Amino acid sequence: MTEPTIYEISVAGRRGANLPDSDVPAVRLPAGLTRADLPLPELSEMDVVRHFLRLSQMNYSVDKGMYPLGSCTMKYNPKVNEDMARLPGFALSHPLQAGEFSQGALALMYQLQEWLKEIGGFAGITLQPAAGAHGELTGVLMMRAYHLARGDTKRNKILVPDSAHGTNPASSSMAGLKVVEIPSDAHGNIDLEAFRRVCDETTVGLMLTNPNTLGLFEEHVLEVAKAVHDCGGLLYGDGANLNALLGVVRPGDLGFDVMHYNLHKTFSTPHGGGGPGSGPVGVAAHLVDFLPGPLVGIVEEGEGDEPPLYGFITPAKSIGRMRAFHGNFGMLVRAYTYIRMLGASGLRAVADHSVLNANYLRVRLNKAYHVPHDRICMHEFVAEGQWKDAPGVRALDVAKRLMDYGFHPPTNYFPLIVHEALMIEPTETESKDTLDAFADALLRIAEEAKTQPELLTQAPHNAPVGRLDEVKAAKELVLCCRPVEMERA
Amino acid sequence: MGYIPHTDSEREAMLRVIGVKSVDELFTDVPARHRFPKLDLPEALSEMDAVAELRDLSEANVEAGHAACFLGAGAYNHFIPAAINHMLMRGEFYTAYTPYQPEISQGTLQAIFEYQSLIANLTGMEVSNASHYDGATATAEAVILALNQVRGRSRVVLSPALHPHYREVVRTYMQGTGVTLVGDDAVNSRDELERRSRASTLAEMVDSQTAMVIVQYPNFFGGFEDLTKLADAVHAAGALLAVVAYPHALGLLKTPGEMGADVVCGEGQPLGIPLSFGGPYLGYFATRKGFLHKMAGRVVGETQDKDGRRGYVLTLSAREQHIKRARASSNICTNQGLMALASAIYMSLMGKHGLRQAAQLSFNKAHYAAEKLGNLKGYGVATPEPFFNEFILRCPRPVAEINHELLEEWEILGGYDLGRDYPALKDHMLVAVTEMNTKQEIDALAEALSEAAGGAR
Repeated sequence: MTEPTIYEISVAGRRGANLPDSDVPAVRLPAGLTRADLPLPELSEMDVVRHFLRLSQMNYSVDKGMYPLGSCTMKYNPKVNEDMARLPGFALSHPLQAGEFSQGALALMYQLQEWLKEIGGFAGITLQPAAGAHGELTGVLMMRAYHLARGDTKRNKILVPDSAHGTNPASSSMAGLKVVEIPSDAHGNIDLEAFRRVCDETTVGLMLTNPNTLGLFEEHVLEVAKAVHDCGGLLYGDGANLNALLGVVRPGDLGFDVMHYNLHKTFSTPHGGGGPGSGPVGVAAHLVDFLPGPLVGIVEEGEGDEPPLYGFITPAKSIGRMRAFHGNFGMLVRAYTYIRMLGASGLRAVADHSVLNANYLRVRLNKAYHVPHDRICMHEFVAEGQWKDAPGVRALDVAKRLMDYGFHPPTNYFPLIVHEALMIEPTETESKDTLDAFADALLRIAEEAKTQPELLTQAPHNAPVGRLDEVKAAKELVLCCRPVEMERA
Repeated sequence: MGYIPHTDSEREAMLRVIGVKSVDELFTDVPARHRFPKLDLPEALSEMDAVAELRDLSEANVEAGHAACFLGAGAYNHFIPAAINHMLMRGEFYTAYTPYQPEISQGTLQAIFEYQSLIANLTGMEVSNASHYDGATATAEAVILALNQVRGRSRVVLSPALHPHYREVVRTYMQGTGVTLVGDDAVNSRDELERRSRASTLAEMVDSQTAMVIVQYPNFFGGFEDLTKLADAVHAAGALLAVVAYPHALGLLKTPGEMGADVVCGEGQPLGIPLSFGGPYLGYFATRKGFLHKMAGRVVGETQDKDGRRGYVLTLSAREQHIKRARASSNICTNQGLMALASAIYMSLMGKHGLRQAAQLSFNKAHYAAEKLGNLKGYGVATPEPFFNEFILRCPRPVAEINHELLEEWEILGGYDLGRDYPALKDHMLVAVTEMNTKQEIDALAEALSEAAGGAR
């Protein structure tokens, strides 16, 4: 099943969109400043609709089935959220229109700031960052600015556990800081000895994911927080795994100074095939002045029952803007709707069931798949996709074979500290029936690995395409196509 | 609640399999004194009640579907064909993850490949990535590309006519790197600002320490000029030229690629994405093949499966954070995938003729508006020709006051108050006109401004 490209179906002279004639005199553009040709395709509206609909049918999605991608929290994306973001008062309002005419949008942003602060246990928050990694950069820049503002100029290194997401070290480098990796101990916790050896007066802080990427709650989190604070550093929290902690514990209470939230993971906004996300950052009181501006604040309290007047405020020592305008507002509307419909008890139920589902799968699978750190996990766990008696089979093959059973594979080859990792996060929105079907499929695959390994190594067998040649892609670098007549020329 | 399907008996059965008595037992690793805090959040609402609350909030905003919109300054009210939203609402697209498993993600992958193709062809460049968060962050990533490509240089020249938010974001991104940003110091006169915004002035600022020059096309004030000589001067000094281009204008204007740009990036919102109070938008980024390995972001490449069928994969991932970690070209991971899809559908629907026609309509109407408004008593057009669809309008009163009257009395969303960013442009408004503005709306704006001038002190 292949679909021609948008250029291959183009027909010279065909038109799609329908625009009005000019109701004012035509003006000629200055000579020498116009383009000779505009090499876009020529298609009817139905050509375009059919093309993109056929493409959509080549995708797997949460709406189609279980998507147990560890660290990605592929939960159900409620439909009402989509409708709310598309209300004309939100979808058609201009980011630069005066605050007095944007009170609905500002009130929503203010409320969301307050709720996220409460959920995470923080004193301040920015909604600007467009994704988790963008939030990390925001957080690390604030940590750096905090030390500098205190005249503490020697701090230039960030400590990052070896189990961390790759974005943690990458964000630190972008902020001009040196990255020092900390090993994990036998229980999947941070190695406290190794950590204490490198944590010193040059440390900006530690970036900690909790629950960590093995899906385990950091048992010594209070000691870790104390140790980093004792050497003058700050504790950054990667909130990718916040789903397990909603109403269970507030990272701010544990000593985290900064944390980014992923609204596209924890708060049900869709992943969109790779974004848009939203990565708000919460901070403790001593970092509030460094938040990127502007934030939404109350500029005038309302009288009596009147609502207050909301407006934009820039903190005193702000690190500056992280993006144009105010954030991925449409995603904020979706997250607001989600929190508003769940309330405190609904959020707690999310954490409970995400952890229940993960542990249920762990116990159903841990005899057939080696789970290196096999204790009560949080919202996800990591198993190994390899067996001594199936020497030709790798985690990748297990992943591809799952597609034949109608499931999206788990995250594989991450975290890097587990060999042939399969990182499984079912999320709370999957039912027991679905979990059982998924576990049954994985158990059968573990059998097949030993009896018919080619079923795995040649998988998938019924996907739109078979395994693709990634070496060829990287070598030939065909990254664009052009109109067919230009390709021929 | 929480879209959780479990029944009580299923929950019990699952707990038995796990070997615990209650869900609370799953959380014993969490320090007891901080476990299960009471969250101070409002009571949960039913879907019906939540919709009513959100509708009320949305109706407390002015919106461009209702008011006549002459506000642009980086976010534009363009025509969006209905078919785009219908395609975006396909669950197969919007509830999918990043296409890390290509066999079951060909829809997303081919759509990104087509997006890359359309962007490269629109900008006149060789390659495009899969997107950035927005125009400002794409611009900051252009600077990082230059610093990595032209090693050992630490100076970047910014045109003062680059969007103020973009200049601020570049500064934020650069604060830990020791890079010097020059070219956009505040000036006191409009003439001086205009002189400093010119390509010839910027060309004079390039020296042996300069890694990159960044200009906007058309610039923040709507004006445009040929950048070929600037590109030559930048290249002669061994530096790179980034052009932040308004993609709608590229329906008509000479491409930055043709003029010698090394990076063309900017805001893709005008390509079929709603205003949405500032996001989600689309940072697009196109460059030359030679700079691919220093480019940030995801890239899709064409390949074949084992049976020779054409297919697409994410490629060149050795540059990215999940492989290279601290040495990655950027930390970017999640980007604006669905917005890239929206713009690909937009460019396909508008096509060769439609985008050109829409750009011509914007150009015609902006010139009609400039003619009308410039002749009003107390006002004057201050962007020299040629300009595209935005121009500076000198006003007889503070812009905020005028805009308040325009909206309250005429349902017109007036232009951007340039005094907020440029001291030399106090009482100057940036007026944006698109294909969405009818002659009638422009005439009404002229009448409204004329009346507003009556209140001049």
